[in-house]
Amino acid sequence: MEVAKHWRETPERYRLEAGKCSKCGKISFPGRLICPECGYREFVIHKLSGKGKLDTFTIIRTAPSGFEDLAPYAVGIVELEDGIKILGQITDCDPETLKTGDKLVAKFRRINEDGKTGMIYYAYKFVPDVGI
Amino acid sequence: MVGIVGYGTQIPRYRIKVEEIAKVWGADAPSYKKGLNLNEKSVPCPDEDTATLAVNAARNAMIRAGINPKDIGAVYVGSESHPYAVKPTGTIVSEALGACPYVHTADLEFACKAGSEGMFIALHLVKSGIVKYALGIGADTSQGAPGDALEYSASAGAAAYVMGADNLVAELIDTHCFMTDTPDFWRREHANYPEHGGRFTGEPAYMKHVSGAVRAILEKTNIRPEDFNYMIFHQPNGKFPVQMALKLGFKEPQFRHGLLTPTLGNTYSGSSPLGLAATLDVAKPGEQILMVSYGSGAGSDAFIFKATKRLDEVRNLVPLVRKQLDEHKIYLEYGQYAKFRHKILKPE
Repeated sequence: MEVAKHWRETPERYRLEAGKCSKCGKISFPGRLICPECGYREFVIHKLSGKGKLDTFTIIRTAPSGFEDLAPYAVGIVELEDGIKILGQITDCDPETLKTGDKLVAKFRRINEDGKTGMIYYAYKFVPDVGI
Repeated sequence: MVGIVGYGTQIPRYRIKVEEIAKVWGADAPSYKKGLNLNEKSVPCPDEDTATLAVNAARNAMIRAGINPKDIGAVYVGSESHPYAVKPTGTIVSEALGACPYVHTADLEFACKAGSEGMFIALHLVKSGIVKYALGIGADTSQGAPGDALEYSASAGAAAYVMGADNLVAELIDTHCFMTDTPDFWRREHANYPEHGGRFTGEPAYMKHVSGAVRAILEKTNIRPEDFNYMIFHQPNGKFPVQMALKLGFKEPQFRHGLLTPTLGNTYSGSSPLGLAATLDVAKPGEQILMVSYGSGAGSDAFIFKATKRLDEVRNLVPLVRKQLDEHKIYLEYGQYAKFRHKILKPE
């Protein structure tokens, strides 16, 4: 991953900031320049709640480079309380026990790193919402 | 009047029992359990580190504080396991909270005392009137060399405190420090694990500095041990703080709620701040709390807080410490633990 790309996406990755169309109210994550619903070009920042339920998921058993230590792990689409669906890795659980409809919550986690001397990339992941 | 406006914690879900570590090294688990007053410890997931624990604890603190992140004027993160040697953890935390860009940030390091250093600076910065709110965070994913006594206790966790001058959950009564140059524990640059002075870490180090800070703040404030409802000392194991408390005239009911080591381990910079959080989870308005940290090298910071009525109002907005500590635990075998803690050598 490029350092500059990660840095540009800090509002989304660190704070789950989406764009809410000032005209029709449609929430887009990540934010867009033009509203896909009404074509308007002005948005306000909308901070997503991070809470939702698991819509669908898959279990990664042969992980790509940098993710090997976490395998097997789940990657899923989570339907947030805000009404939009976002993709994320699911951690802090045995992926075999996951099922669609499970309540999940976003936490700040380490995503990857550029080797032992490069940058560490942080962002949201989802964990089971068990109240801890 | 200044004090704590909000507090929050984060403890990893993973645990390893003393028996599981002792089995690998052929050590006598009952001796370690009795000697350290320790049954198990928390272990960070491979995607958790000091920055993630600090952010997640600070988010809980912000919910209890109920303030605008842009009103935070300073963020201090104390740890001996900052993810980078050069690049601040504090910028990551500040950005994740939405406190940037008008915020002063620094990473602190003083063995297990770095968290309380952040709290100390945050409190006094607010008191000086320079900032409206300041965050002091203690967070660690501490290291213990394989087979070393520290491997049984070195654990992970974080506690964050939003300090301010209004809407307090606990009012600061006073602070005091006790510091000398005492080489009981250290980790050199590029070393993976710390070294310690064995029994030297007891009497001339932990005991001397904790008791020195306690005696000094009691004398300064003219408060007696029996006047406190609760007290928390740094917890490198479950034995030292209990010995020290009883020697100084405190009783078990005063330290029972804040003593987390037996099922948490030593979270280093998070240790006494987490004990304070667990105590705030049960304290009633008007009750007095003494917290004394300890960091090798060596020194102690002492704080006296008095709980306010607002504590009852915000306490249950986020998970309590005992809930994070006791519920939904996932136990690891030593092999998984070794992988999680990057103790297994793999080809580059």
